[in-house]
Amino acid sequence: MDRTGTPLVELKNISISFGGVRAVDDVSLDLYPGEVVGLLGHNGAGKSTLIKILSGAYQRDSGTIRIDGKDADIRSPADARRYNIETIYQTLALADNLDAPANLFLGRELTTPFGLVDDARMEAETRKIMARLNPNFRKINDPVSALSGGQRQSVAIARAVYFNAKILIMDEPTAALGVHETKMVADLIQELKAQGLGIFLISHDTREMMDLCDRVSVMKNGQLIGTERVEDVTEDDILSMIIMGKNPKAAA
Amino acid sequence: MTDVTTPAARPRRGWKALDLDTRLLGMIGAFIVIAIAFDIASGGRFITPRNLFNLTIQTASVAIMATGMVFIIVTRHIDLSVGSVLATTSAVMAMTQTSLMPDVLGLGLGHPLTAWVAILFGIVTGAAIGAFHGYLVGYLAIPAFIVTLGGLLVWRNVAWYLTSGQTIGPLDETFQLFGGINGTLGVTGSWILGLAASVITLWALFAARRNKISHEFPVKPMWAEVTVAAIAIGAILGFVALLNAYSVPSRVLQRNFAARGEVMPEGFTQGYGVPISIVLLIVVAIVMTVIAKRTRFGRYIFATGGNPDAAELSGINTRMLTVKIFALMGVLCAISAVVASARLANHSNDIGILDELRVIAAAVIGGTALKGGIGTIHGAIIGALIMQSLQSGMAMVGVDAPLQNIVVGGVLVLAVWIDIVYRKRTGAKD
Repeated sequence: MDRTGTPLVELKNISISFGGVRAVDDVSLDLYPGEVVGLLGHNGAGKSTLIKILSGAYQRDSGTIRIDGKDADIRSPADARRYNIETIYQTLALADNLDAPANLFLGRELTTPFGLVDDARMEAETRKIMARLNPNFRKINDPVSALSGGQRQSVAIARAVYFNAKILIMDEPTAALGVHETKMVADLIQELKAQGLGIFLISHDTREMMDLCDRVSVMKNGQLIGTERVEDVTEDDILSMIIMGKNPKAAA
Repeated sequence: MTDVTTPAARPRRGWKALDLDTRLLGMIGAFIVIAIAFDIASGGRFITPRNLFNLTIQTASVAIMATGMVFIIVTRHIDLSVGSVLATTSAVMAMTQTSLMPDVLGLGLGHPLTAWVAILFGIVTGAAIGAFHGYLVGYLAIPAFIVTLGGLLVWRNVAWYLTSGQTIGPLDETFQLFGGINGTLGVTGSWILGLAASVITLWALFAARRNKISHEFPVKPMWAEVTVAAIAIGAILGFVALLNAYSVPSRVLQRNFAARGEVMPEGFTQGYGVPISIVLLIVVAIVMTVIAKRTRFGRYIFATGGNPDAAELSGINTRMLTVKIFALMGVLCAISAVVASARLANHSNDIGILDELRVIAAAVIGGTALKGGIGTIHGAIIGALIMQSLQSGMAMVGVDAPLQNIVVGGVLVLAVWIDIVYRKRTGAKD
């Protein structure tokens, strides 16, 4: 893993408060192309909040975000998309009443020369990308509420892949999935990584994180406990960081 | 409902190849049952050209507003103020016609521009009121129920205040053309409209098929396409024939001839044809359907209704969307006000009272789900037609006024229950 060039993403001294609670407290993180950085911590440790600042869902109180070494002004999800940041949310952020193509292109519909939405073209594009990501995907015209967890997840991932994400944020992408579907997502992460995407991954599953990530960052009570390369630490080290909030290497 | 839409799947056969909307068929069936029941009960007076003509013009005002209510309810809001906004816009338009244009601007009564200026003012007023409601709901996060409950009182009494509680009329003659019986296309005009609509329908079906083929999607078998086209064109031309069959009463014709200084020829008859208010409703229905199905605005309305968080995370400005939806509702209230006040030939203080309930009932009977995300424009219009046919059918049969309202209220609840059962049976989760 080469970490000598310019990082794809640099988060510097990010803080945000909600009604007096510092949800994220002076956190700095970076991410290189082709790298997977895992974010670990208890519920309420601030992982999702931090990541929502990068994806534009929340606005930071202080700190800077750099993309490719340049200051990035991210105030809304639309801004984040302009920097090729795509997010796959824990809650799957799909409109259940719409079908897969409508969800895949939501907010970025393909249109005809008259400015009307071009459903046929969006459906054709959806079939193409689904043939690549999840060949078993059949229910193109059904509302996504009729799909299984894995199929819904593949719609969310297809959205990120179709729009050429450079930075992908995955918030517990396998939480609702079965064994086979989890494997599918893991394979996909490896493929995207090989294509040079940078991925932030949030999960509670320490073992899974050791397998998928290049580095892991642990948060507790809004603060960053430490960031370690997975080859330098054991699963127990990480667990103690999560639980004790102390970095065993720093203590040593 | 399963995987019939993929290329690998078998094509649908027989009845299913027609790909008809069963919910739509159910509503049309309900209307036919109601019509036949009242026809029997009234001794054959319900299914007559005259009564059906009247039914369409009575439905127009509520149906126009119901199309807007679909968008409001789909985004999980409600608008209780539509009847009052209708009254305020009607008052503004009436004042423009009887006071502003003739007296203040000195153009006199019957100036050719009067009706159009009045309609413009009405629409601008409606849009402004709606946008204001939308701002309160979207940006200040006050629940729509409360904003429009306030609006129900406020705009009813703004209308009263503007007119000092007087009935304003008679309205401009051009304006009255939008009311129904005073403005129809006549027999020839109606047939031209019917033929034009048929040609456009054929073209739309053909274009849709060609588009599917160009993307290599499965298409219906040719016989099914032809059947659907035949049903659609039959319905259009049948509707025109029905409205043409209602003849202008001979004494009205005699009066018209006398006014021109002529004598009416023996045996002369003339059909009314399609009322202009119905043409207006059809235009509104088409525009609203295109918005719902073929524009980004419409797509965002349904996405926001299905999952507001997902819509926002997808970069949709849901607050501005709320403003636009309520502004559109205000515009439709103004258009309804044109139809309603023109039909009565004057603006009265009680215009549009209880319309909010009729409009919401029409949308809900038409299949709009109150929890959001689901609803159709054509459903709401048929819902309005069903409500109106119950109301006027009962009046025709001589049911007492309190009983009429009891039945209408009961039918609303029953319709929603049937809808819930229908959704469970067809396996839809929403």
